[in-house]
Amino acid sequence: MILNVLIWAALLIGLFFNALGVIGILRFPDVYTRLHADTKATTFGSIFTSLAVMLYGVSQFFSTTDGQYAALVFHTIIAVIVLAVTNATGAHAIARAAHKRGHGPNPSVVDRLKETSK
Amino acid sequence: MTIWIFSVLVMVALMLLAMIRLFKGPTSADRVVALDAINTLVVAAMIVLGVVFKQIIFIDVAIIYALLSFVGTLYISKYLGGEL
Repeated sequence: MILNVLIWAALLIGLFFNALGVIGILRFPDVYTRLHADTKATTFGSIFTSLAVMLYGVSQFFSTTDGQYAALVFHTIIAVIVLAVTNATGAHAIARAAHKRGHGPNPSVVDRLKETSK
Repeated sequence: MTIWIFSVLVMVALMLLAMIRLFKGPTSADRVVALDAINTLVVAAMIVLGVVFKQIIFIDVAIIYALLSFVGTLYISKYLGGEL
């Protein structure tokens, strides 16, 4: 029963942070702030929804002792690791490409990277 | 079981909201950011769909989707940065 409450809590936290990331994409003014909101909030939210799936697999495994729920938990752990690594690297690549293309940070006035690289 | 379907529907609604920025984005980098968010949401929704349909193959598909979308994001970023 306590695992059910934990599953609900993890799913709702994950959905809340996913929603925050998407709202950040829609509301923030330039590329870098949008990237900041999107990457951190959606990665955190997706980790929490996957944590709910892992908790579900653990609870079903202990009640039925069926091997496929253990496989569910392990595959979800692999998916979470892949998601965390690829999201961080992809965000770095997008920010680097945007700066090389010449999109400066829009409302701010100081760009130290541009000053040092010329 | 309904909470899983509910969360999948919420994530699909969030993908549609992110698609607004994908269509509207002033620069191409904004569109890549929105595409990256949609990819992450697809992976999360597919992991939850594995519980809804009781199929572990959905989670394997989510792993492969995450890796391939990462390659796509890197490729678009290299192209935008003029390094290709």
